[in-house]
Amino acid sequence: MLREITLGQYYDADSVIHKLDPRTKLAGTFVFIISLFLFRSASVTLVATFFLILLVSLSRVPFSYMIRGMKGIFLILMITVVFNLFLTPGIPLVSFWKFTITDEGLKIAVFTAIRLVYLIIGSSVLTLTTTPNNLTDGLEALMSPLKLFKVPVHEVAMMMTIALRFIPILMEETDKIMKAQEARGADFESGNIIERAKALVPILVPLFVSAFRRANDLALAMEARCYRGGEGRTKMKPLVYKGRDYTAYGVMLIYIILIFAAGIIIKL
Amino acid sequence: MGIVEAKDLVFEYIKRDEEGNAEGVIRALDGVNLSIKKGSIIAILGGNGSGKSTFAKHINAILYPGEGNILVDGKDTRKPENLWNIRQEAGMVFQNPDNQIIGNVVEEDVGFGPENMGVPTKEIWERVNEALKAVGMYSYRKHSPNKLSGGQKQRVAIAGVMAMHPKCIIMDEPTAMLDPKGRREVIRQMRALNDVERITVILITHYMEETIYADQIFVMDKGKIAMQGSPKEIFSRVDELRKLRLDVPQCTILAHELNQAGFGLPRGILTREEFIQEMVKYSGGRFYRGGLENVDDSRDPHSFTSPGHMTGDLKESLILDHVSYTYEKGTSGEIRALNDISLQIGKGEFIGLIGHTGSGKSTLVQHLNGLLKPVSGHVYFKGEDITAKKYDRRILRSKVGLVFQYPEHQLFEETVFKDVCFGPKNTGKSDKEAELAAFEALRAVQLPEEYYYSSPFELSGGQKRRAAIAGVLAMKPEILVLDEPTAGLDPRGRDEILDLISDLHKKQGITIILVSHSMEDVANYVSRILVMDKGRIIMDGDTRHVFMRFKELEEIGLSAPLVTYLMRDLRDRGFDIDPYVTTIDAAKKEILRLFDN
Repeated sequence: MLREITLGQYYDADSVIHKLDPRTKLAGTFVFIISLFLFRSASVTLVATFFLILLVSLSRVPFSYMIRGMKGIFLILMITVVFNLFLTPGIPLVSFWKFTITDEGLKIAVFTAIRLVYLIIGSSVLTLTTTPNNLTDGLEALMSPLKLFKVPVHEVAMMMTIALRFIPILMEETDKIMKAQEARGADFESGNIIERAKALVPILVPLFVSAFRRANDLALAMEARCYRGGEGRTKMKPLVYKGRDYTAYGVMLIYIILIFAAGIIIKL
Repeated sequence: MGIVEAKDLVFEYIKRDEEGNAEGVIRALDGVNLSIKKGSIIAILGGNGSGKSTFAKHINAILYPGEGNILVDGKDTRKPENLWNIRQEAGMVFQNPDNQIIGNVVEEDVGFGPENMGVPTKEIWERVNEALKAVGMYSYRKHSPNKLSGGQKQRVAIAGVMAMHPKCIIMDEPTAMLDPKGRREVIRQMRALNDVERITVILITHYMEETIYADQIFVMDKGKIAMQGSPKEIFSRVDELRKLRLDVPQCTILAHELNQAGFGLPRGILTREEFIQEMVKYSGGRFYRGGLENVDDSRDPHSFTSPGHMTGDLKESLILDHVSYTYEKGTSGEIRALNDISLQIGKGEFIGLIGHTGSGKSTLVQHLNGLLKPVSGHVYFKGEDITAKKYDRRILRSKVGLVFQYPEHQLFEETVFKDVCFGPKNTGKSDKEAELAAFEALRAVQLPEEYYYSSPFELSGGQKRRAAIAGVLAMKPEILVLDEPTAGLDPRGRDEILDLISDLHKKQGITIILVSHSMEDVANYVSRILVMDKGRIIMDGDTRHVFMRFKELEEIGLSAPLVTYLMRDLRDRGFDIDPYVTTIDAAKKEILRLFDN
């Protein structure tokens, strides 16, 4: 039943954020992440918080989905917080045994935690509201200036599309091959690391063979359908900015101004 | 002039050894001459290695002729300036439904061709919607191709070609990897396109029954056109077709066999209706007896008791006791794959397991050797509960061999011999014992000895499959489960594998469970049939009694063998014969018996 897996973590909903052009969302995410690391002040954090709350509520994605991404980085988060907390020099606030918490340490720990959490939630808004295909299109469009430097942007995007299409198929295939080898008495669960690595050979070889066969077939099928690279290709779903995208860019501009205002003028 | 004109077409593959030096030359096409009329359906028939796929690739300018030439719509495929034009005009649908879909959404895939051709956006959408409607997949346009059935994927692939507005479509074994339902879907689609859109269709296949709608058939053998003519002309040459190891439909064969026994039926009978008509005409009403009551199931008191059901030695059997299995238990995607299955498989039985795709067959067979553990219920092998914690499932796996669909995809070693040794070595056999077992297994599958030490990837399709079956046989199983062992093989390969399986049953006394989509194969080989639907076993009985219930089988998308329908139709027309015969031989005997009286 690996067929059922969804790649990325797209959450289907009907919201303004979902409808935005992927380029707008990529740019917005970029601006937001930069803004988190520009200043270290309470007022800037406050502005960012308001902005994030606005985004999350507009996206109509349940908050529980948003913080799902947190599980993966929880450990990193704890480590950075603990290190910052105890290892930053400054005026001691509390001290016990060999540990001292300084005012500076506390400040840095809190800010780092907030930044990391906001970073994850901010990028989750992007991945939860944009299908992987759309994301690929957006990246292709934003990277297209790199073509001037002979970067094969179209080819990379095509590779990403094909990977998205074939990952579930290959996952299912892996499952099938594993079962077939298990039926021949293979054991993937016991033994030391070397034995386990060796046990992977009967899975990996057939998997590679199959991937190459599929690649060959697909290349043939693409050629038969007149594929000849990005040159002269039209798009079925070209990216077109709409009114809401301009509004979004406007909001972004206001956000940038507010951040700078809070960071430079208020300085809290 | 025809849409495709081939003149003295020759194509050679150069065979290379590991260093890339030319070892020899294989002539895949050897002087092919043919002309295809615009707007017709053309079938190109032939076994594996006959050159039919190589020819198909020439029409689409994927391969270029070595000698001679080929014109597509009057354009020479060898001229580079014609390339894109030809590829647009002669679209191609391939065999593997997964490997020809590029888009992650159905509509995007259909748009791929027009995008490559540089069609403006607005027109792409028009073409895509039109093409999807033409193949009846419009309502699936937003779906992921991964969630479609094989037949639906092939229809999407056809739409992808249609959106390029081709003049002809070449379909290279489009049904080889599909189940019967998908096969019908694709063939129906093919005919509709020809009918409605007047597109020339070139169907490449090794299933003869798909070619009866063709305007003209070309039979290829060893790179040459061996026969050509209308279906009627081709189908009347049964002996030649059999020599080429092609699969002649059952009604054609039965008529042919009867003629050999002295009947005077016309040659080249293609359909069930035609057969019945001709039989009635031939008999001249001699056997008509009005008011023949239908032979119904109630006449036989033993109808539905299966031969091995709770008889036989329980200690020697594999028993499923109220087994249920659920995928993704506890999530929203919960699927109940097996629903309260109880079953006894006795020693030495030859069982057929049938059911449409998704009925739970594959899940069931994975319970037989402990690959899946039932969510509830128990599985007993020789009196021991294999679901118990301390039971050694590794031993079980050597006793119950499981050959998956397309088993050649699991080959991985450097040589065939090493690969076959993999199983016995895993079960803790010494090198010597393993090698001995491998030899025996390879001999049992009749793989020629010269291949034992070559790479498994160098073998032909049928040979690879035999090597893979040997890999399971080498573990010396008492029960051998085969999940569609003939899938994707041509008729010759299929017959060879089925004969091999039947031999294993007869000579080595191995219990066989054969999962199959082909009712004809099942009828010809097995003695007991299990029918699955929606995770349940709904029928369990001998071949005759299961196929007697053909109406119920039809309700769940299955059928009886064609010959059973022929016999029933004859009985309806007043022939006093046994209508529940399931093989050609038995049918022939039954009809002869009637006529001899």
